[in-house]
Amino acid sequence: MLRLSFKEVSRFFPPVRGRTGSEGVLAVEGVSIDIEDGEVVALIGPSGCGKSTLLNLASGLDRPSQGEIFVDGEPVSGPNEHVAFMLQKDLLLPWRTIRRNVEFGQEIRRMDAAQREERAQKFLHRYHLDGFANHYPHELSGGMRQRAALARTMMMDPDVLLLDEPFSALDAQTKMVLQQDLAQTVAEEKKTAFLITHDLVEALALSDRVLVMSRRPGRIIEEIPVDIPGRAEPMKRRQHEKIGPMTARLMSLLDIGKVEQTV
Amino acid sequence: MADGAPIAATPDRAPPEPARQSLASVVQRREVWLSALALVVFVAGWEWGPPLLGIAPYNIPRLSAVFEEGIHMWVNGDLLRHTLITCFEVIVGFGLGCLMGAVMGYVLGMSRLMEVVASPYILALQIAPKVAFAPLFVMWFGYNITPRILTAILIVFFPVLINVLTAVRSVDPSMIDLARLFKATRAQIFWKIEFPWSLPALFSGLRIGATLAVIGVTVAELVGGSVGLGAELAKAEGGANTAGVFVTIILLTVIGILAYVLVILAERAVLRYAPQRPDGEIAA
Repeated sequence: MLRLSFKEVSRFFPPVRGRTGSEGVLAVEGVSIDIEDGEVVALIGPSGCGKSTLLNLASGLDRPSQGEIFVDGEPVSGPNEHVAFMLQKDLLLPWRTIRRNVEFGQEIRRMDAAQREERAQKFLHRYHLDGFANHYPHELSGGMRQRAALARTMMMDPDVLLLDEPFSALDAQTKMVLQQDLAQTVAEEKKTAFLITHDLVEALALSDRVLVMSRRPGRIIEEIPVDIPGRAEPMKRRQHEKIGPMTARLMSLLDIGKVEQTV
Repeated sequence: MADGAPIAATPDRAPPEPARQSLASVVQRREVWLSALALVVFVAGWEWGPPLLGIAPYNIPRLSAVFEEGIHMWVNGDLLRHTLITCFEVIVGFGLGCLMGAVMGYVLGMSRLMEVVASPYILALQIAPKVAFAPLFVMWFGYNITPRILTAILIVFFPVLINVLTAVRSVDPSMIDLARLFKATRAQIFWKIEFPWSLPALFSGLRIGATLAVIGVTVAELVGGSVGLGAELAKAEGGANTAGVFVTIILLTVIGILAYVLVILAERAVLRYAPQRPDGEIAA
């Protein structure tokens, strides 16, 4: 069953009226992606190639100029319960405790308070935040804050997880621990995930398939299946002998290492 | 009491703790002493400075003379009543001015159209010296407390409005997107994101407003009327009673300080989540 599907999707941002030199931007062009139930697909590409645009379209926050996006077979016309979004910024609300941040989505959806609290407790426990329920976000480390953001996302029980560089602001060690947490949750609950990342090893360690995007206007130029066992164990997987050659392949596809290229 | 562990732990941690504490307490003690010394110098300077420097009592009366005049006004001149009337005007003017400024700030902050239409007038009124409206209000409403409250409202209104407006405009758009992803209604976005986001800025506006309210009330009281500290000030001035002028200035200052402190206490109670400002600690 197809969970998430992009059909010939393009997104053109029209020029801003009154601003000189503004010509409008064709961010992505003719993108088709099919993601099966339980699949984890990573998307890599040069900066500014329209990766985040694709996730915004899938979340329903933005609408495509052409083409259509389907979640569980239904065309996406706005934010919906099937998808949840997680960004590089944890977006924890500074005036709410960690528990109330985790509850935030269900509070908006008017889940009964007692049920909400019980559920939040469960997710706080799963993401090792038990002792921090009543702390405020500024009292936590970056890794813990991002774990709270993950708990808030999973609390919504989405079918499809949209992950926009969720770990790129973290230090290398914290990142690996969180990748492990995420991979295990995704595997246990058989979630479908669409992951954008700049980190090539992260893409390979976490996903079933890696899609490579061209420079703007973004198109899918390559699809690489990751035939390495143990998707639920990215810590082990990243040490697999195939990771090195596959990373090199991705680097060459992205033209990384060419002297004239500036990011 | 657990045995063993605490004893083992103490030698490791004990030495740096007292060292740091004593350094802090030395600094703190020095601050207290210097502050006390400054107060003594100030009081003594006011009491004995004017005669020493040959300043006439009708220019700067000695502190004790001001104190005596205060007692005299309290006993014979209804000073308490005037003070309470001024307090009442400050509280009502500040409250209404803040409420109106905040509501207007949120409305303009959420509607681009309203802001475009209203901004030239807001800018003009913001630049206009608000206390200059006091005589006009007296002409309209006569020698009673209404012009004082109106002047206070007018002067408090703008800093609160501008602070709230700027804060609502500066909400992190991704936080709004987060709420939209959960299918939040417009009202939910306001009460759960925009309003709490704007609270620190609102309180900054209230702090400014608290002191401005006293200025507005004082000016309007100076313009006319027979009750309130400003009227007492004008009366003392008319009678060449310099000590009486000082008495009213001191009381007006005390009202301003009280208003400011109350706002800060309210702010501490409401914004408990934030890292304490005086420490300058910023969340990592």
